Amino acid sequence: MSNKEQQQEYAKKIKPLQPKPPYFINCLKAYLVGGLICVIGEALMKFYMTYFNFNEETAGNPTAATLILIAALLTGIGVYDKIGQFGGAGSAVPVTGFANAVTSAALEHKSEGIVLGIATNLFKLAGSVIVFGAVAAYIFGMIRYAFKTLM
Amino acid sequence: MDYLWAFLVGGAICVVGQLLIDIFKLTPAHVTTSFVVLGALLDAFGIYDNLIKFAGAGATVPITSFGHNLLHGAMASAEDHGFIGIAMGIFELTSAGISSAILFGFLVALIFKPKG
Repeated sequence: MSNKEQQQEYAKKIKPLQPKPPYFINCLKAYLVGGLICVIGEALMKFYMTYFNFNEETAGNPTAATLILIAALLTGIGVYDKIGQFGGAGSAVPVTGFANAVTSAALEHKSEGIVLGIATNLFKLAGSVIVFGAVAAYIFGMIRYAFKTLM
Repeated sequence: MDYLWAFLVGGAICVVGQLLIDIFKLTPAHVTTSFVVLGALLDAFGIYDNLIKFAGAGATVPITSFGHNLLHGAMASAEDHGFIGIAMGIFELTSAGISSAILFGFLVALIFKPKG
């Protein structure tokens, strides 16, 4: 029996023994945390639209930047990890999760120095989002543009 | 009312992510990565703009809007410069998010000590 088959066999064998995640509670927590982060975002958007002359299309930029600043600070003082433990995907999916991934990867490697530690590892976790986003946007953009010029 | 829709829609997107983690055993990194691709795909069909009009920050705060903004910037610049515009415009709208993540992430890592 090859190694891979053995691994699959083993995974099948231990499946009934693994604890089932509490689906409903996890979803409820994710809903609450994710929803609240979006409400904060909505409040920030309203703030920038009322006081800084942003319109509905551009207000997303300062909102994202502010949320990223808050999340980076919360990661620095160790609070965001606790929110993450409670909220699961509710803290990972909003843009704050992106900031948390950037900051925590940089903090973790701080001991290796500023250049080789912090700067090199800044996108260790969050890089995949940018890579896949850019590749997908490039491909979809090409297809859409080709359609538009041909039609 | 805007706040209610932001809460409901933003929370619902997070629940989808949580279900992917719990049921399909994806890591949070896989979830955010697929959500970015999904956001770009929804924007390719023009669906995501309607969601933003409807839910406001409930649609712009989740990471799906990152994918939507990437494609949006690319298409806007393709209008002016043709095919090469796609490459020129991809990061146009997401620049605020990426540059502030780099700046604040770097500064916080400089100032704070790692925990645990």
